[in-house]
Amino acid sequence: MASITIRGVKKNYAKTQVVHGVDLDFASGEFVVILGPSGCGKSTLLRMIAGLEDISGGTIAIDGTVVNRLEPRERGCAMVFQNYALYPHMSVAQNIGYSLKVAGVPSAERTQRIQAVARTLELEHLLDRKPMALSGGQRQRVAMGRAMIREPKVFLFDEPLSNLDAKLRVQMRSEIRKLHRRLNATSVFVTHDQVEAMTLADRLVVMNGGRVEQVGTPAEVYSRPASRFVATFVGAPAMNILEGTVELDGLSLLGGSRHLTMTRAGLPVGTKVAMGIRPEAVRLVAPNTAGALKATVDLVEELGAGRVIYVDLDGAPFSVMTSEAIHPEPGSPVGLKFSPEDMHFFSPETGSRLDVFKASVPEPAL
Amino acid sequence: MVERTPFLNLFTHLILFVGFVFCVAPFVVVAIAASHNLRDVNDVPMSLLPGSDFWVNIKTAWVTAGLGPKLLNSFIVAGGVAAGKVIISALTAFSIVYFRFPGRMFIFWLIFVTLMLPLEVRIVPTYAVVANVLSPYQAIFDVIGLSWLIEKVSGVQVSLSLGLLNSYPGLILPLVATATGTFLYRQFFLTVPDELTEAARMDGAGPLRFFIDVLLPLSRNNMAALGTIMFLWAWNQYLWPLLITTDQSHAMAVTELKQLIPNVGGTPEWHIAMAGTLIVMLPPLLVVVLMQRWIVRGLIATEK
Repeated sequence: MASITIRGVKKNYAKTQVVHGVDLDFASGEFVVILGPSGCGKSTLLRMIAGLEDISGGTIAIDGTVVNRLEPRERGCAMVFQNYALYPHMSVAQNIGYSLKVAGVPSAERTQRIQAVARTLELEHLLDRKPMALSGGQRQRVAMGRAMIREPKVFLFDEPLSNLDAKLRVQMRSEIRKLHRRLNATSVFVTHDQVEAMTLADRLVVMNGGRVEQVGTPAEVYSRPASRFVATFVGAPAMNILEGTVELDGLSLLGGSRHLTMTRAGLPVGTKVAMGIRPEAVRLVAPNTAGALKATVDLVEELGAGRVIYVDLDGAPFSVMTSEAIHPEPGSPVGLKFSPEDMHFFSPETGSRLDVFKASVPEPAL
Repeated sequence: MVERTPFLNLFTHLILFVGFVFCVAPFVVVAIAASHNLRDVNDVPMSLLPGSDFWVNIKTAWVTAGLGPKLLNSFIVAGGVAAGKVIISALTAFSIVYFRFPGRMFIFWLIFVTLMLPLEVRIVPTYAVVANVLSPYQAIFDVIGLSWLIEKVSGVQVSLSLGLLNSYPGLILPLVATATGTFLYRQFFLTVPDELTEAARMDGAGPLRFFIDVLLPLSRNNMAALGTIMFLWAWNQYLWPLLITTDQSHAMAVTELKQLIPNVGGTPEWHIAMAGTLIVMLPPLLVVVLMQRWIVRGLIATEK
């Protein structure tokens, strides 16, 4: 149980700066997921918390103690690595118990604690095996056991599920969640998989290019993305973005070729905007419906429970997700309709959110 | 490439057989010569059918050259060199691969350059150092005037002396430094995933702990391969033992074989010489047979 305070943390490799001043606060017992594309600095940030990377600037404090100069073993963190990083020459029991052996815990107590951890993770029958003789999921569990046995203040996960197959990933995801509920240790989980991030996180940190784009609950991040990057990165298929200009009676889109009539445009007339609309917020209607945007169907992707319909809007790609049983033929005309409440506006220059309907949208309850 | 045609099979076997004969024929001739008596071995051409005096010749060779203690000496020296090389090269490679200190690469290349300076090239200075290990320090003391100072102050003349001629350390230590071993270990350490190092750090293991608990067990195969090769190399050393052992008590088996080789004008006892050769060849052969599985594993890529 420990809080983590990150203040102005920077990371440089030689002349390249990869993390540009990050400020974050993780509460005690919280499950935080850091989400971002590869190369966004999320793993570097995690490794700085762990003590595996030097901190080039700023401070990281665990439970109020600045840990910048502490060795990993003195920070009270345990880490689960992407490739498990099990010691290949040690048995499962030795792998799990190694940190206790290093710490000089007597062998009787060690055995007892290894047994306890193995029971929790259902590894008891595998304790004598070598990592080579284990499946991916079992290796993953051993790696978690190795982290658990030290009863750390902070759990760090570095994309631990990315080497597993899809089914196992879902299973391990719920196991990690259960484990967290039981141990209640502060956990920081790094991933580039947004489903993993949404399902696991108490709080989500979205990073891009070494900066934090948004911090919030998964629902907040989904419903009120703070920037164009977050809007297109979170949610699948990605949010549709159309460039446009605010007019008196609505929006002119796609260089003026389309017009969207809206009564409540809250931005000054003439403002250039990037309008975002989630595919799942768009309804398909008959092409000649009043107020609908006309488009041509390009491709239909069947998902079983629903389908993604890619349409062409004067050359601009646009996707619609629907669970209705409609199967339009490619090439046929359709109408797109969506309500102003579902629209997001971003500055075309900075990408930051322009809050048009701020007053009318209630803050999501926490 | 795997081809399966009868002709190619025959052809490859033929090549293999020729190679085999080239390798084995000298040993067969040695063994046959060792089984003849004095008259038969000096027949021209020598009969290639084995004679009947094999065990007699072996015994004569053993007694004449005093091979018992010599073999023991060889074992001690070769074992010492092999162990020393493994330890030194593992530690050196560990410091070069896992620590970032100034001049790291410079030191690595300096070690590498010693490949160009085998013992034979630097044998005179090495002999001088082994004759008195402290002579370089004496020289330094003399140059900086320290010996002069000590003599003036205390009246004692400084004369450092520690000779290693005719001793095991003298035989072993100059052979222990190894660029090849360091390089082999460096390449192995570079293949150990960084995450393993990081996991050990997270588990609280310090560098030495990591070295002993993780790296050494992982490099067992390398150790066996390097140890075996170096054991053979040290066993077959000739010039250095010959140079520094003036006393029979520290002579090695390979150098002592010369006692069995007939002098000009002496009795041409080649059968005894060959028998002795066989005896001296046997221990390295056994080591190779026992260790070959490890050698192959240690020298090819890492196991999965």
